[in-house]
Amino acid sequence: MTGKLLPQTPSQTVGPYFAYGLTAVQYGYANTQIADGAMAEQSLPGTHIRITGRVLDMDGKVVPDAIVEFWQADSQGRIADGKNTGNSRFTGFGRQGTGPDPENRFVFNTVKPGKLAPDEAPCIAVIVLMRGLLSHLYTRIYFDDEAAANATDPVLQTVPESRRATLIARTVALNEYRFDIHLQGADETVFFDV
Amino acid sequence: MTADNSSKRDWETHPPYNFPAYTSSVARSPRQPLIPIKHRLLERSAPVYGHESVGPLDNDLTKNGSKGGEPLGERIIVTGRVLDEDGRPVRNTLVEVWQANAAGRYVHKVDQHAAPLDPNFLGAGRVVTDEEGRYKFYTIKPGAYPWGNHANAWRPNHIHFSLIGNTIASRLVTQMYFPGDPLLNFDPIYQSAPVGARERMISDFSLDVTEEGFALGYIFNIVLRGRNETLFEA
Repeated sequence: MTGKLLPQTPSQTVGPYFAYGLTAVQYGYANTQIADGAMAEQSLPGTHIRITGRVLDMDGKVVPDAIVEFWQADSQGRIADGKNTGNSRFTGFGRQGTGPDPENRFVFNTVKPGKLAPDEAPCIAVIVLMRGLLSHLYTRIYFDDEAAANATDPVLQTVPESRRATLIARTVALNEYRFDIHLQGADETVFFDV
Repeated sequence: MTADNSSKRDWETHPPYNFPAYTSSVARSPRQPLIPIKHRLLERSAPVYGHESVGPLDNDLTKNGSKGGEPLGERIIVTGRVLDEDGRPVRNTLVEVWQANAAGRYVHKVDQHAAPLDPNFLGAGRVVTDEEGRYKFYTIKPGAYPWGNHANAWRPNHIHFSLIGNTIASRLVTQMYFPGDPLLNFDPIYQSAPVGARERMISDFSLDVTEEGFALGYIFNIVLRGRNETLFEA
């Protein structure tokens, strides 16, 4: 941390009016977008899964103007970052606004990520942005059907046991998971200082 | 060198999550402290959105929303470099921008401000940095607009920026402001960043960037978290 030459540029909120810039197709604007919730085409190898969830505020009210971003490995644990051996048909990045869905959910159709290291559990990095949030939040999605791997995951182990459940997506149907993001309250999601 | 040495978010630079002067931050900020984690591959990597992700008009907001005419307002050029904390250029990285039109109105459907939409202006663009980390786009100077945060509240002129950079840990969403804007003194979003840091979000007017007879020029340099850790990984 020593010897930094340049100070970081401060963060600001994404604000309420991001949709025609960041999620234009999803919201029906005449513009393109770099990524959406359809992360994996059907022929992509791996277990195809759906993850849905809502972002909930202090009062448990659903946030209808959040953006949620996913970053993950493919089913074989490969990251498509251009340096490691990625999968050219899978960018590993998804982006969804919570506005268009009738229940203000985010809906990601993707493949279940493989492990990035032998001691790590399959997981998805999540970035959360919204009006009212001055700096984005980082969290992680783990899976409730990976109990053995979760038990040794080094990041999950740094989280107090009483709060680990907030990071684990719950199976609600075959290959379909639920992951709600609670900004506050008894079930406040664990957010990381990444 | 281990991931322990990766750069952290500088909390003397960034706003606190709960900043009551910005009313909506209260209900939408976490109460538990963030839990620090060592960077692993997931945090040390990022998706690749290079030149192939940008269309030919994406860097010209004066043209990319045109329905055959020119947008109204003051044409400007915004350029600058995206650098890491060691001053190295962040190359081939995507910069996404969006903004209000000259009248202070966003195309977004939830914007109810009674100012006119401009049929020739969308207000969103994308550009990829070059080998020196430089980006440049043409647009219209955005107008100020009222909002509901407090009595007689107005947002200063600003352009929203979204970048990911070399790793998802360097993700930054920020706003670029304009020099000399009197509304900065009254804006809780701008003021949520600490004194000494918030000024980094104000662009500089530049006569060198200004194109004679065409458009005023502004420089906005962006410093993303992180250093080129791959140098140390071998």
